[in-house]
Amino acid sequence: MLTLLFDGVAYGMLLFILAIGLSVTLGLMNFINLAHGAFAMAGGYTTVLLMQHAGLPFLLCVPLAFVFTALLGALMEATLYRRMYNKPHLDQVLFSIGLTFMAVAAVDYFVGSTQQLVQLPEFLKGRTELWDGALGMGHYRLAIIAVCAVLTVVLQLLLVRTRFGSQLRASVDNQRVAAGLGIDVNKVFLLTFAVGSGLAGLGGALGAEVLGLDPIFPLKFMIYFLIVVAVGGTSGLTGPLLAALLLGIADVAGKYYVPKLGAFIVYSLMILILLWRPQGLFSRGGK
Amino acid sequence: MNTRFISRLMAMALLCCVSGVWAQEAFKIGLILPMTGPSASTGKQIEAAARLYMAQNGSTVAGRKIELVIKDDGGVPDATKRIAQELVVNDKVGVLSGFGLTPLALATAPIATQSKTPMVVMSAATSSITEASPFIVRTSFTLPQCAVAMGDWAPKNGLKRVVTLVADYGPGIDAERFFKERIQLNSAQVIESLRVPLRNPDFAPFLQKVRDLKPDALFVFVPSGAGAAVMKQFLERGMDKAGIKLIGTGDLTDDDQLNDMGDGALGVVTAHHYSAAHPSALNKKFVEAFKKANNGLRPNFMAVGGYDGMRVIYEALKNTKGGQGGGEAMLAAMKGQIFESPRGQIYIDAQTRDVVQNIYLRKVEKKDGQLYNVEFDVIKDMKDPGKAK
Amino acid sequence: MNRMALSLSLAAKLRWWEFALWACLLCLPFLLPSHALLISEITVIALFAMSLDLILGYSGIVSLGHAAFFGMGAYSAALFAKHINPDPLLGLAIATAVTALLGAFCSLGILRGSDLTRLMVTLGVALILQELANKLDFITGGADGLQGVVMGPVLGYFEFDLMGQTAAWYTLGITLGVFVLLRQVVVSPFGFSLQAIRDNALRAQAIGIPVHARLISVYTLAAALAGMAGGLQAQTTGFASLDVFGFDRSADVLLMLVIGGTGWLWGGIVGAVVFKSLHSVISAWTPQYWTFWLGLFLVLLMLVGRERLIRPWTWGRRA
Repeated sequence: MLTLLFDGVAYGMLLFILAIGLSVTLGLMNFINLAHGAFAMAGGYTTVLLMQHAGLPFLLCVPLAFVFTALLGALMEATLYRRMYNKPHLDQVLFSIGLTFMAVAAVDYFVGSTQQLVQLPEFLKGRTELWDGALGMGHYRLAIIAVCAVLTVVLQLLLVRTRFGSQLRASVDNQRVAAGLGIDVNKVFLLTFAVGSGLAGLGGALGAEVLGLDPIFPLKFMIYFLIVVAVGGTSGLTGPLLAALLLGIADVAGKYYVPKLGAFIVYSLMILILLWRPQGLFSRGGK
Repeated sequence: MNTRFISRLMAMALLCCVSGVWAQEAFKIGLILPMTGPSASTGKQIEAAARLYMAQNGSTVAGRKIELVIKDDGGVPDATKRIAQELVVNDKVGVLSGFGLTPLALATAPIATQSKTPMVVMSAATSSITEASPFIVRTSFTLPQCAVAMGDWAPKNGLKRVVTLVADYGPGIDAERFFKERIQLNSAQVIESLRVPLRNPDFAPFLQKVRDLKPDALFVFVPSGAGAAVMKQFLERGMDKAGIKLIGTGDLTDDDQLNDMGDGALGVVTAHHYSAAHPSALNKKFVEAFKKANNGLRPNFMAVGGYDGMRVIYEALKNTKGGQGGGEAMLAAMKGQIFESPRGQIYIDAQTRDVVQNIYLRKVEKKDGQLYNVEFDVIKDMKDPGKAK
Repeated sequence: MNRMALSLSLAAKLRWWEFALWACLLCLPFLLPSHALLISEITVIALFAMSLDLILGYSGIVSLGHAAFFGMGAYSAALFAKHINPDPLLGLAIATAVTALLGAFCSLGILRGSDLTRLMVTLGVALILQELANKLDFITGGADGLQGVVMGPVLGYFEFDLMGQTAAWYTLGITLGVFVLLRQVVVSPFGFSLQAIRDNALRAQAIGIPVHARLISVYTLAAALAGMAGGLQAQTTGFASLDVFGFDRSADVLLMLVIGGTGWLWGGIVGAVVFKSLHSVISAWTPQYWTFWLGLFLVLLMLVGRERLIRPWTWGRRA
């Protein structure tokens, strides 16, 4: 049971890192970006391809995935996304679905559709058993939890302690007033989108081993990211974090104890939560 | 006008007359494959194999030119059915072939029956498929063939308590049932049967459950392509170190992915009808030609199903002198064919129209620095147990 | 010409060009008998898209899970034909009724919350139904699909043939009937109140329109029609599989509607024709990667502004 909890937490933390970019983008720019999964996939493939063709070690490829995806995000934001901010939600949804389709087909064309396998460095491959097997912790999942926890703390500090953080929070609360106060909202958008996409890429790189990586990755996991954002709300970090952990644990436990129902439980839970509190479990209300 | 010109003119006229007598319409083979979606690797392998066969054996048979019409159904049965219907009605194909998954073949069966078009199933593996239409011929394999082979081998090698883990659809359920029945015949038992959803499978919780059950072995069937994920999770949970042996059907150690699975896959025993390492001259030639034509891609059992399917069609065409007598004659010419395939000798049973072949027991070993399924035992000429009932 | 002007212009009286277009459509199975299958497929999808137009174009509800109703209709019709009675029209009526009930139930979920909430809830419902269909495989056939559905002849006389002629006439006939019905609905006071709700729900409520009641009724109606489309699909193909609930289906119909133009009923038909034609053409050229071109088309369309597609005279101008 403890092992399940451990697995669920690892899964949840990974989902959090993957989805936080989406949450902030939605809260900040009111933009439903269904192509978020495509950035995660980009990060995953960057890592895999760099490892396979350039022979770089795993530990180097993961940060590179972050950097590359962040740059990609910044580029896309400045050229494409910026024009879509004032359009109705439907247009944004379709635009991002279009981007996703393009990404999926492009990856399929250049890399092929088989599952990509990551060769982890040796020290990440082991497993530690505690209390006579009651708690089994895969080293890789342990690493994921550690990395994500550190990232969460860093993000929180960034949000709360830095000037950029307060500019971001101000822009999320009320864009017009923030602009009126002299905050360069465009720059905030650009940086936030870039970092959010970068985090997605990082999550994709870390998750390739655990979640699998193939061209339809964005379509498979999009629903999970959306659940985290819808349930967790878009203001702050704690909401999505708790939502992601809840989702991770519920998913893993559901599949273990009631394998016949499996994913069913997660979807029903989500609908019930959204019906009860449409603005998400943890948000302060509003959009 | 001089004599040379007149003689040339006459020669041409004669030639036209002659070819007019012999020239027939092209014979079209409809090949419906999942080229996109989760089973895209199946489509790729079969297409490559079909093209290889045509390249090696020419594109004219019994005086007719062969045209391969390849369509993508994306793995969606509605699309397969519609495409099949269009191929039969609009393109007037002489044979339907391909069918990457069971639902796709089952959906198309009524079309084959209604239009009396032979249907060559090159990939799908549920036992009941050949019973869905009298026009279906199979060149792939059936899960019961492999599951029964495994069900015999496992108890003889000390594996008495086994957990089965299969994908929740036709072939998976076949595999689970036949393995269980056979192993019980051999005084061993299946202590738990787990089924994983076909789409988006997440193996982690299931494998955790298996670990907690502490069996002697885990028998796995997942569709081609998902084997890597299972292997990863198996190793990550330290199940090999906990003394659980991983066994299964050959889809688990699919040649397509095997080499990328890493050394953790060494020692896994599977039962299947084809290994790229099969030590026959014909196979060596096949593998080399395939790799050369496809950028070093190793052929897997899907490719061999496609290759042999084309062979069955070509031979039937030769025997019916170019497809005379329509679909029924082609079908009759397909039944009972015996030949050597890259996998070994196979024949198409005239009664059941299913493939009868050798099932090999193989272990994953390293050869020339690459991972291969090395055969160490064989059950010859195994008929589909699913029909013997 | 903005959206409101367009909808007002679609007044109660059927315009001449609408008659002409429908006459053309009804002649198609005659003119292109070899494409009868494609025609019936496009017609079914057009009906599906029209039903989505009701909630998206006219009421402003963004739904990513409309396939839930399509799938429910498909399985209901298929199961009814297999176990109870193979008559197509009776089966269609049952499928529509069952899906209407489902729609009424689900409409309670879309009343509250923002666009994202609605997106999630509709998506979730479709996914749950897909899972259900997968788990209840002793009824639905699970991942293998529902086999052995043999339809009886339409009106007791017209058998479903291999060429697809009967299917084409059948689907066109039903869709025409629905179109005429919807035409009256959208220019009725009910229809205009929906558009008022779409444009500003708060204000609509302030002038006394019962917003929740209207949303429930339109969602139920749209669900019933989507179920009808699903039933038609199952009946004309003799098969139902899990993909009827798939996200791909919901996304595709949304695309089609947007291509054709929301809020003017013809959008569904135009969109279905354009989308399927594009699909056929591009797939013949590049079967494996057509989604790339579809995605590109979408991106460009959204960037440029979707109302522009059906108004070629605006293509030169800047927004």
